[in-house]
Amino acid sequence: MLAVDVQQRLGTFELDARFASAAPVTALFGRSGAGKTRLVNAIAGVARPDRGTIRFGDSTFFDSVQGIHMAPEDRRVGYVFQDGLLFPHLTVAANLDYGARNRARPAGPASPIARDHVIELLGLVLLLHRKPRDLSGGEKQRVALGRALLSQPRLLLLDEPLAGVDSGRKSEILAYIEKLRDEFGLPIVLVTHAIDEVVRLADTLVLIDEGRVQAAGAVEEIMGRLDLAPLTGRHEAGAVIDARVASHDTHYELTHLAFSGGSLAVPRVIAAVGDAVRVRIRARDVSLALDAPQGLSIQNVLPATVESIRDESGPIVDVRVLAGESPLIARITRQSLDRLRLAPGQRVHALVKAVSLDRRSVGYS
Amino acid sequence: MDAATAGIVLLSLKVAFWSVALSLPPAIAVGHLLARGQFPGKTLVDAVVHLPLVLPPVVIGFALLLLFGRKGPLGGFLEQSFGLVFAFQWTGAALAAAIMGFPLMVRAIRLSIEAIDPKLESAARTLGAGRLRAWATIVLPLAAPGIVAGALLSFARCLGEFGATITFVSNIPGQTQTLPLAIYTHTQVPGGEAEALRLSAIAVLLSLLALAASEGLARHTRTHAGR
Repeated sequence: MLAVDVQQRLGTFELDARFASAAPVTALFGRSGAGKTRLVNAIAGVARPDRGTIRFGDSTFFDSVQGIHMAPEDRRVGYVFQDGLLFPHLTVAANLDYGARNRARPAGPASPIARDHVIELLGLVLLLHRKPRDLSGGEKQRVALGRALLSQPRLLLLDEPLAGVDSGRKSEILAYIEKLRDEFGLPIVLVTHAIDEVVRLADTLVLIDEGRVQAAGAVEEIMGRLDLAPLTGRHEAGAVIDARVASHDTHYELTHLAFSGGSLAVPRVIAAVGDAVRVRIRARDVSLALDAPQGLSIQNVLPATVESIRDESGPIVDVRVLAGESPLIARITRQSLDRLRLAPGQRVHALVKAVSLDRRSVGYS
Repeated sequence: MDAATAGIVLLSLKVAFWSVALSLPPAIAVGHLLARGQFPGKTLVDAVVHLPLVLPPVVIGFALLLLFGRKGPLGGFLEQSFGLVFAFQWTGAALAAAIMGFPLMVRAIRLSIEAIDPKLESAARTLGAGRLRAWATIVLPLAAPGIVAGALLSFARCLGEFGATITFVSNIPGQTQTLPLAIYTHTQVPGGEAEALRLSAIAVLLSLLALAASEGLARHTRTHAGR
């Protein structure tokens, strides 16, 4: 359990953040300059808040009242910085071993993270004798990940591990982070401003804006809230649902997912039947119909009930509907809202184009 | 080279060597303090460190004479406590040269430390290194080219030190008469021009060697440090 409650003033910027999470992966999500990095700096101990407490497990990292500020080297928190920060004068191998060479540390985890395993997992074998300046952005991030892991941390902080990495390498590193999560059982705090990373990796979402925690909770719950849509990104707003792979259609290359609201067809995903997956359905990809439409190209027609409507007196409104127990958000025009006379409690059909659910929308949990 | 000339050259090298060796640790400390420290009076410390660069060397020599002379407050104390005498000794020449070369050394070290991302030290700390170890394993090797360059620059400056030295420890052959002082002495004697010219050629040669060594070492360290 990581519990953070800190205040820090830097010039005109005020950080006042409070959250607790016991999830395997906690995402700190927010715009650039929202205060996410300051928050992880405080958790790692490389910055000191003005007031508050930071606790992890049974350790107190920081407590301003008791005057506790544990040195970063004593916290055993692995920190992958935004820019990697590999030591430029050391080879990849020496960078990886830097943590292990430090003085005997307090009792490590039950099963220490093995060097060979990390090198293989992150594909670093061929890089070991190189210097950081000869590595690509993605390679640097992988080395930084390995270096943090080999310091035998009990908590891993990843600050925008995909910033500055080209999109081809992004999914590769995401896959590595998924492996870390699954193989080492190490709690991870992921700082990001990309919602697809949140959906793919995180269990708990902490939404940060202007130095404050606006909401914290399960990813599905936070993403389904209409009032938070402006923060999760106007254009990208949408609900997240948990589903299972029901079947694969090899002929049409579709995968059918089962969730509480019925069945959802998506372009084929690489997952076994029965696997749990998470799908993000953007609000602008969901249409609403009063009657089940006929003769339609849209694959997914989900019976649903209107739950609430967010009307900000613009041309566009967000409608939250429940398909089974899963919330969906539909973004429609005000004109459509009036024409259909939508109101809470009304039965509707939510239409979702299968092609709108690309690979980036589907995560494996 | 005759014995007298060899003696002068050796004395000059000895003075320069010891002045660099003894001023290097404090120069690294002060360079680090100026590069990373944030404390009230930093501008003042900066100014005091740079004073030898702008003051007439004679003033520094005179100040040393007042402080470290046998009757000076520091000189008397050091002689009684440690038997260390500076006045009219080669050790005094080394002290004067060290002070004159100090700002050059500090500048080079400070610049090289400022060029190192402080977050690298933070990264080392999160990997379990204490403050001192993080400094010794990250900052020191990365600043090495600047430290070497600063030390050799200061060495060259020490070889040429004149004003503070002659004021503080006078011009005693075999004791405090370094190369510049010997050249000066010959220019004051009728018919000494030839000897002065010969010693000047040696001085030029030594300075060139020091600069070449500085360049070569810096390049070697850069390659070694992988930057």
